[in-house]
Amino acid sequence: MSDSPIAVEEHGPELRHHFETVEQQRNAASLGMWLFLGTEIMFFGGMFCAYLIYRMNYFNEFAAGSRSLDVWLGTINTMVLICSSLTVALGVRAAQMGKRTLLVILLLTTIIFGFAFLGIKGIEWYDKYKEHHIPGTSFSADDLVRDYPQIHIDQSHEQLYFSLYFAMTGLHALHMVIGVGIFAFLTFHAWKGRYTPNYYTPVEIGGLYWHFVDIVWIYLFPLLYLIDRRPLG
Amino acid sequence: MSEHIMSSKLYYGIWITLMILTVVTARVAFIDLGPFNTVVALVIATCKALLVILFFMHVKYASEKLTKMVIISSIFWLLILLFLSLTDYSTRALGHG
Repeated sequence: MSDSPIAVEEHGPELRHHFETVEQQRNAASLGMWLFLGTEIMFFGGMFCAYLIYRMNYFNEFAAGSRSLDVWLGTINTMVLICSSLTVALGVRAAQMGKRTLLVILLLTTIIFGFAFLGIKGIEWYDKYKEHHIPGTSFSADDLVRDYPQIHIDQSHEQLYFSLYFAMTGLHALHMVIGVGIFAFLTFHAWKGRYTPNYYTPVEIGGLYWHFVDIVWIYLFPLLYLIDRRPLG
Repeated sequence: MSEHIMSSKLYYGIWITLMILTVVTARVAFIDLGPFNTVVALVIATCKALLVILFFMHVKYASEKLTKMVIISSIFWLLILLFLSLTDYSTRALGHG
């Protein structure tokens, strides 16, 4: 370090000059990501709030709609997302230790899990399409009225459940699609060898996003699939 | 933030716990616990979310207190949204049927 007023600092190209240390730069990026996730919590929060209010008022229709979802596909999808979160966490660890090949493999595995989730979700949506459970002019809950004679079902309130089901799983799936895009970007740069133990912030930040989307599903699964699965008396 | 490198054994342990909790929540839903079905489902979901936040998202080892403050206040704001809306909607029907 020289005494000259235009001193040139000695650091790697990964450290932007307005940060003191790599550590500080990483903390700033992480904090920024958490602020963004805070806005995401409120974004999904509005939908969860609408869900809670209508579920309270139209519990019968919500319970019947919930019963019509495939609980096994839902459970498998939850597990797929949990496995993807593990590969993301191990991927960040591989980046921290500078294991390039392992990082690329783990990022690709995460993308595969992401596609598996979207594929299973697509099968579930197609089932709903065949059952006329997509809100709109061809909506019909006659099958639910027939299958659950013990439950009083109002067709328009039933439509409200499926509107929320498609809005919430749809918004979540959109986040998954964006997540797969982010991870494709990360895989490319990891393969190029851009991430080192000194600079892996994009992997860390992308990982935070993926885990957040996982957490949203952790709540969506019981709230949409498991409203009331008790044996009907 | 995450200079601390966690052992992969811990990650696998968290993963297995999350998988077990997923199976438990799906099985318990079929048992009649009265109003506690929803409570159990939400408690399990919150445990899973906490495991992901603390370990997978490295919050337990975060050196930056500001990050923790952002997370806690985000959740607090969400609870304001949910609880104040619910107090409104759950008391409306009382006066007007």
